Amino acid sequence: MTPTWVQLAYLVAALCFVLALKGLSTPRYARAGNLLGAAGMALAVITAFVHGAVNNGLLILLAVAAGVVVAIPAARSVKMTAIPQMVALFNGVGGAAAALVALTEFLAVPDGSVLFEVFTVLTVLIGSVSFSGSVVTFLKLQEIMTPRPVLLPAGQVVGIGVAAASALLALSVVLTGSGPLLVLLAVAGLALGVLFVLPVGGADVPIAISLLNAFTGLAVAASGYVLANTLLIVAGTLVGASGTILTRLMAAAMGRPLTNILFGAFQTTTAIAHSDEQRTVRSGTVEDVAILLGYAHSVLVVPGYGLAVAQGQHAARELAQLLEQRGITVDYGIHPVAGRMPGHMNVLLAEADVPYENLKELDDVNPGMGSVDVVLVVGANDVVNPGARDEPSSPIYGMPIFDVDKAKAVVFMKRSMRPGFAGVDNSLLYNPKTTMLFGDAKESLTKLLAAVKQV
Amino acid sequence: MIDLVTIFVLAVFVGFEVVSKVSTILHTPLMSGANAIHGVILVGAILITGRAEHGLEIALSLAAVFLATVNVVGGFVVTDRMLEMFKGHKPTKGHGEQAK
Repeated sequence: MTPTWVQLAYLVAALCFVLALKGLSTPRYARAGNLLGAAGMALAVITAFVHGAVNNGLLILLAVAAGVVVAIPAARSVKMTAIPQMVALFNGVGGAAAALVALTEFLAVPDGSVLFEVFTVLTVLIGSVSFSGSVVTFLKLQEIMTPRPVLLPAGQVVGIGVAAASALLALSVVLTGSGPLLVLLAVAGLALGVLFVLPVGGADVPIAISLLNAFTGLAVAASGYVLANTLLIVAGTLVGASGTILTRLMAAAMGRPLTNILFGAFQTTTAIAHSDEQRTVRSGTVEDVAILLGYAHSVLVVPGYGLAVAQGQHAARELAQLLEQRGITVDYGIHPVAGRMPGHMNVLLAEADVPYENLKELDDVNPGMGSVDVVLVVGANDVVNPGARDEPSSPIYGMPIFDVDKAKAVVFMKRSMRPGFAGVDNSLLYNPKTTMLFGDAKESLTKLLAAVKQV
Repeated sequence: MIDLVTIFVLAVFVGFEVVSKVSTILHTPLMSGANAIHGVILVGAILITGRAEHGLEIALSLAAVFLATVNVVGGFVVTDRMLEMFKGHKPTKGHGEQAK
């Protein structure tokens, strides 16, 4: 039986986790919430060690030390642009840990009850799915593999087959209590995770991460039943539940139902490369654009991932300040999913001291778009693609966008004609109102800054 | 067993409730923070290692301890780094003109 002091410590830790999630939901207390969560975690881990580490104490300390040595430098040195894939990796190793815990416990307790075996099977399966799925999202976001939806031939059939095999294996483990079958189930789970994430493309990957995060939470909760540990149940369930809600909120921010995001690629396989017709693009010089900006009354900046990659946020703010000194109104249009994670642009521009009041959302900007003189699209693409509004065949159809094609002029700062992260062609590039300014976002902004001073 | 089910059901509702009104800006930090919290599997990993006796059990559970530590530590540190970006940029009404 677990001693009372241990249970009390776990209770305090669980409360810390609830308050941490609560804090993280409000800007004011977010940081304090995170620290409180960390404190609760420290309490829980120290309690578990003092109470439970009867054997192998030194080995445990060494394994923890190794984990710390790996994780801290990784988390500290990761660039802001690469944070989503870092989160995916941390989520994946958590899933793997849960699967390993259940597997080990299963080997140590050869003849457990049926319920014990059911929860073992659940933990191993969900944990494996979460691990391999997270690794694939990491590879996609890191662009080690293509970020576009990957459709295997007969992918749906294979997926259903592997899912059915997993269910059969799970059932036979519960019936026979066989260790080798459980290992096989873990392998099936790994395959399932890969198949699940492969067809998710481009800008939808962060949503897959959020869902896998909820999965890991559920795996941890299930492992709590395996070990009869209330803290694991409470914390795992909290993450599972809040992660599910969060996933739905993120999907809502993209204006699309979750099923469409996860399985949408199966329905729109041909829409991606449909236009071979010759269309002309108007490319301008820095001086052209400077004149355009210098004589505008209102300018809207729509930043995207390209701005983050080029670290151009400070140059963007300087340009905005220069324009404001000339009496031009400058606002920033922040799309909820611009960049590679929700809120990415807010973080980036906050770092460059752009005032909060200047950051406008879709609904603030779109109604008055007709009176905006120049829209400066800096490294964004999909979030201004009119196809999301006008072409039902487009894979991103239904996502809310900035209607920048309704503004008087558009300047597109882009590295190349390559399509955006979602891999979708953008008709705005060929719009007669559009001027292209090719090059690295930061370089172009700096040149533009100098040129506007001359105007 | 029924106690554990009760706990599960209550925790589901608490989980739904605490994040139901989160602003878009905080989606990613919240996801990352929740990610760190499920690293609590470290507690389970330590407990099973603490009573493991055979080589295979010890090896597997130590691997779990290592992975769970990466999850916990990395999760909290990366969340803190994200939130650090917001520091000092809260809507400081009344000080908005200080840039001039």
